[in-house]
Amino acid sequence: MTAIGRAARRLRESPALQGTGLILPGLMWMVVFLIVPLILIVVLSFGWRGEYGPVDWGTTPTEFLSRLSFSNYARLIDPLYMGVLGTSLRMAGLTTAICLVVGYPVAYFLARSSHRWRGLLLFLLLVPFWTNFLIRIYAWMLLLRTEGLVNRGLVTLGLIPEPLQIMYTPTAVMIAMVYEFLPFMVLPLYTSLEKLDPALLEAASDLYARSARTFLRVTLPLSLPGVIAGTILVFIPTMGMFVVPDLMGGARTALVGNLVQRQFLSARDWPFGAAASMVLMALTLAATVLYTRVSGFGEELVV
Amino acid sequence: MEAAAETLPSIVELRDVSKRFGETVALDHVNLRIGDGEFFSMLGPSGCGKTTSLRLMAGFELPSEGEVLISGEPQGSRPAFQRPVNTVFQSYALFPHMSVFQNVAFGLEMQRVPKGEIQRRVTEALELVQLPGKENRRPKQLSGGQQQRVALARALVNRPKVLLLDEPLGALDLKLRKAMQFELKELQHRVGLTFVYVTHDQEEALTMSDRIAVMEHGHVLQVGTPGEIYENPTSRFVADFIGETNFLDGRILGREGLTARVGVGGLELWARAGTEAPGDGLVTVAVRPEKIALSREKQPGRNTFSGKVEDITYVGKDSDYRIRLNEAVVLRVRVQNQAPGVSPVASQGEAVWVGWPEEAARVLLD
Repeated sequence: MTAIGRAARRLRESPALQGTGLILPGLMWMVVFLIVPLILIVVLSFGWRGEYGPVDWGTTPTEFLSRLSFSNYARLIDPLYMGVLGTSLRMAGLTTAICLVVGYPVAYFLARSSHRWRGLLLFLLLVPFWTNFLIRIYAWMLLLRTEGLVNRGLVTLGLIPEPLQIMYTPTAVMIAMVYEFLPFMVLPLYTSLEKLDPALLEAASDLYARSARTFLRVTLPLSLPGVIAGTILVFIPTMGMFVVPDLMGGARTALVGNLVQRQFLSARDWPFGAAASMVLMALTLAATVLYTRVSGFGEELVV
Repeated sequence: MEAAAETLPSIVELRDVSKRFGETVALDHVNLRIGDGEFFSMLGPSGCGKTTSLRLMAGFELPSEGEVLISGEPQGSRPAFQRPVNTVFQSYALFPHMSVFQNVAFGLEMQRVPKGEIQRRVTEALELVQLPGKENRRPKQLSGGQQQRVALARALVNRPKVLLLDEPLGALDLKLRKAMQFELKELQHRVGLTFVYVTHDQEEALTMSDRIAVMEHGHVLQVGTPGEIYENPTSRFVADFIGETNFLDGRILGREGLTARVGVGGLELWARAGTEAPGDGLVTVAVRPEKIALSREKQPGRNTFSGKVEDITYVGKDSDYRIRLNEAVVLRVRVQNQAPGVSPVASQGEAVWVGWPEEAARVLLD
């Protein structure tokens, strides 16, 4: 038997080896494009800004390493930056909450709609994604600006005396973020609501529960995995978002994403940007872990 | 028996009930009276309307026409949560995120029964279905049979006026199903509750029920005790659906009171005919295979014919004989198998006699 033949046979007979083989390409990708850059950022966040370049690498690696310090993190403990972090947390939390409140009825409706229409409705939900994200944001700018469709419509109808200043406010940022991330909330919710056996709702009704109580005691707890997945899917990207606040909020609504972006692109202070992004990551992770703990995600997975 | 059931006060009644789903007619002017304390089965193939009837009683569906009455009270469009009935679902529909205790307590909690009483009644109910000590398990951690018991307890704990059961044993394997049939019947006896039981399993219906309604295509074809339904089916569908039957197409030649002389493929035989049977015209005679005697000698009585064994099928306890009487008539005869070593009644190709008492054959109108 040839060496290749032997290897092939070993592979056939060992599920563990097959598993390793299957996971290897993905793992390589993760190492090269996620783990390595992440390590770089971590190291960088303890470094110094160069006099002429974004990073002072020192003359030798030893010199660079010997000068690592927490100074970038220390700089972040400044009311200005703490305010940015607070705003980011608040905006992301609010966006997620609005997405949940708006998305739940949509998902419920989708899950209960007849099979004939469901495909089309899901398709309609995803159609906006066929257009570039930036173009959709520009469309929102056109709609919301002072002479935009929304304002002119409201003024014409006599509902408001003069155009509202929506653009370049946190409200505008929120509108665009909710719009952008709503499908990420609806889809996981839909998946878990669709799995809900209608007989369970009938059973609740048979056991003297009115619809409101059926919802609170049966539907909502059983859709919790969807609520949690949707919340995480919306919260994490909104925490790091910088394009929407840039375009919709002007310079007035700076989020931590903008802070990181500016340090890398305009201020050319990579170490400080790296530290800010580390804090962003830690904050997101902490919020997510806390949230899953409180909502008992692990327990719900058993169901 | 029918008369006795009629005199019971009726606990559930369908009055001229129809139910349509779009173009489909699920129930077509159905009338049913179920007596208080009865074990009443609705039997029929899938799509016959038995489950729809049950759902109308529960309040999951509302009739397109007619009226559902519970304890003599018209239910109108009253929703399920206001009806004094409880359901055991085919899939059990246990709440997967709740413990066994929480499942059973759910109905009481919704009715705002005090905590102490809930504790007591849930414990009682779980004892009743022989499932104590499992209060803290999740439904997923129980076997199918145990889940079935939880579903029963969850319904019974509310002390409904009627327990509605939708093919509750369908998901269990044969052995367990038999055991649960017995247990359910016994339980019904003990709690003295009306059970309305939907099934497509004729044997289940025959063993458990006080009365059976046989349904087909949204109609109730016959209501009666298991004995009446089995021994005295009024239609070809009922005779065919319950047990096995030889159907012989023929023409009525004459009558002697309630017995008719029927010509079948050149033979003349005698069968019971109701008063409603036509003086002449085409009819079907139904004879159960196990009611036919098989012998080497001619048998006494008017219904005795010679034939030839065409085929024998061994089916365990019995053997199925196919006996050809003439070119047109073939009968299936079921004979209990003898002890090993004892020679069988007849072997393949042998000439034999078949015969049956006149009461064992019935003239069907359709």
